[in-house]
Amino acid sequence: MADTILVVVEQREGKLNRVSWETLTAGQAIAAQTGWPLEAAVVGSNIGSIAGEVAGKKVGKVYAVESAKLDPYTPDGFAHALKQFLSARKPRLVLMPHTYQVRDFAPKLATALGRVLISDCVGYKHEGGRLLFTRQMFQGKFAADVSFSGEPTWFVTFQNGAFRGDKVEAGAAAAPIETVQADVPDGVVRNKPHETFKEAKQAVDLTQAEIIVAVGRGIKEQKNIELAKQLAEALGGEIAASRPICDAGWLPMDRQIGSSGQTVAPKLYLALGISGAIQHIVGMKGSRTIVAINKDAEAPIFEIADYAAVGNLFEIVPPLIEEVKKAKGA
Amino acid sequence: MKILVCMKQVPQKDAPLKLNESGTWIREDVSYEVNEPDAYALEEALRQKEKHGGEVVVITAGPARSQQVLREALAKGADRAIHLEDPAFVGLDAINTARAFAAAIKDEKFDLIFTGLQSDDYGYAQTGVILAELLGWPHATIIMQIEKADGGIRVKRELEAGYFQFVDMPLPAVLTIQSGINKLRYATLIGIKQAKNKPLRKVALAEVQDALSPNLLKLERLYVPQKTKNTEVLQGSAGEIAKKLTEKLRNEVRVL
Repeated sequence: MADTILVVVEQREGKLNRVSWETLTAGQAIAAQTGWPLEAAVVGSNIGSIAGEVAGKKVGKVYAVESAKLDPYTPDGFAHALKQFLSARKPRLVLMPHTYQVRDFAPKLATALGRVLISDCVGYKHEGGRLLFTRQMFQGKFAADVSFSGEPTWFVTFQNGAFRGDKVEAGAAAAPIETVQADVPDGVVRNKPHETFKEAKQAVDLTQAEIIVAVGRGIKEQKNIELAKQLAEALGGEIAASRPICDAGWLPMDRQIGSSGQTVAPKLYLALGISGAIQHIVGMKGSRTIVAINKDAEAPIFEIADYAAVGNLFEIVPPLIEEVKKAKGA
Repeated sequence: MKILVCMKQVPQKDAPLKLNESGTWIREDVSYEVNEPDAYALEEALRQKEKHGGEVVVITAGPARSQQVLREALAKGADRAIHLEDPAFVGLDAINTARAFAAAIKDEKFDLIFTGLQSDDYGYAQTGVILAELLGWPHATIIMQIEKADGGIRVKRELEAGYFQFVDMPLPAVLTIQSGINKLRYATLIGIKQAKNKPLRKVALAEVQDALSPNLLKLERLYVPQKTKNTEVLQGSAGEIAKKLTEKLRNEVRVL
């Protein structure tokens, strides 16, 4: 299995996480450029149907790494099973999506194998026969190209949205599936997870909103939220926020956009005083039109904005509310 | 409970950052602050101590300037601090940072180690999980609540898309703490005064060098990301920008 690229797809509670298709797309692209064979693995219990789903894609082989001890997910169980599997197969490159679950076990797995993980990548480059992985740093203000200087196996995780999951290539014929029994002895798994749950029924479903006015740290004080609300009202949209605003209790948690909140794609996303940290961007970059108002010309939010206004939001928003009202009245 | 909190000094959120001449790191002449998730980790440790008694120790790795993070933590109520002091610590990858911490605390007996869930500079989100593996301890990530339970603790993990999960786990353990788990306190004047007399142990690079290995990954270059969108910048006074933007919203975005 030398030189093989292995994509470990994610399953949660028996369902394939669709973000896995993005990782597989990345694997297919790297395989095409390097000539390295591509394989996939799914880890868990009763995962035959997921392995079958993955085997329909353009991939050399699919491994189903099975054990009853892998349900429910625990970092101990997954790291143990994958360490066993990877020690035997020794792929060159292991690709995974940068999900909360992967973040929970992948650094442990890489460390257990004496290897390292380049996490949260947004792309890769194949330059002069070398692979470089691109990731965001300093909250998205810079990008960095990072290479592996040690021996394989190399571990990489890709950020949600880094590749197009809908572009994953189907295979000409179903790939063979090999079931591998993982040996997870008693005592390996130390954590006892309970059922997953939702805190409360979400009061607002921001995914249905056509217009969203979102506020970030630039709003400065709780009382200034009112200004943003007035703009949202004038536009006929919903108010939302980046995580720090909800952490501070200035808006309820169900108004939060980003990796730990809701993912939205409205017609208009108007970002007020939002710098555009990665965790926020992943929740709104699919918006049809993005307007950003921020005093910092270097704010990463401007990288993805269609319309940008560099300036003081407290000076721009009041006349904007008036203009919008006028336009609507006309 | 004896709790260690791993903290990091990072550039201030709105500090304008510039690349160094070789394009491999930022210019260091910027303002720094505590990594935000680490501030929540410290707050949670202080609250646990207030509830159950014990000791809160803070640790950081970085040049002399990063001592500020420890001073602030002591002023807020941490009992003592450990400073792995050397500019070289800034360039360590996550596994070497974790190795350095593990080496520096080898004679201590903690019940819990907290880290923020990720740093605002590198953002690898790995150090805490790696540290757990090096110590042979269980861990849980992105934690929003911690309670003592029979034989250990019960923690609340944040999952994606609004889901949560309670996990029972034995001690000692490593937890990575999510921002917003609690409300941060401010240091009091008395706290700031008392902090001056609290113990701060310095650890030189040479003392932990044996535990480290060359980095297994290399940051080849750092650069301003290429724009993927054609952004139209609206110029003028605030009033003019408001007018122009309203026109765009009506005629091009067509939402008015």
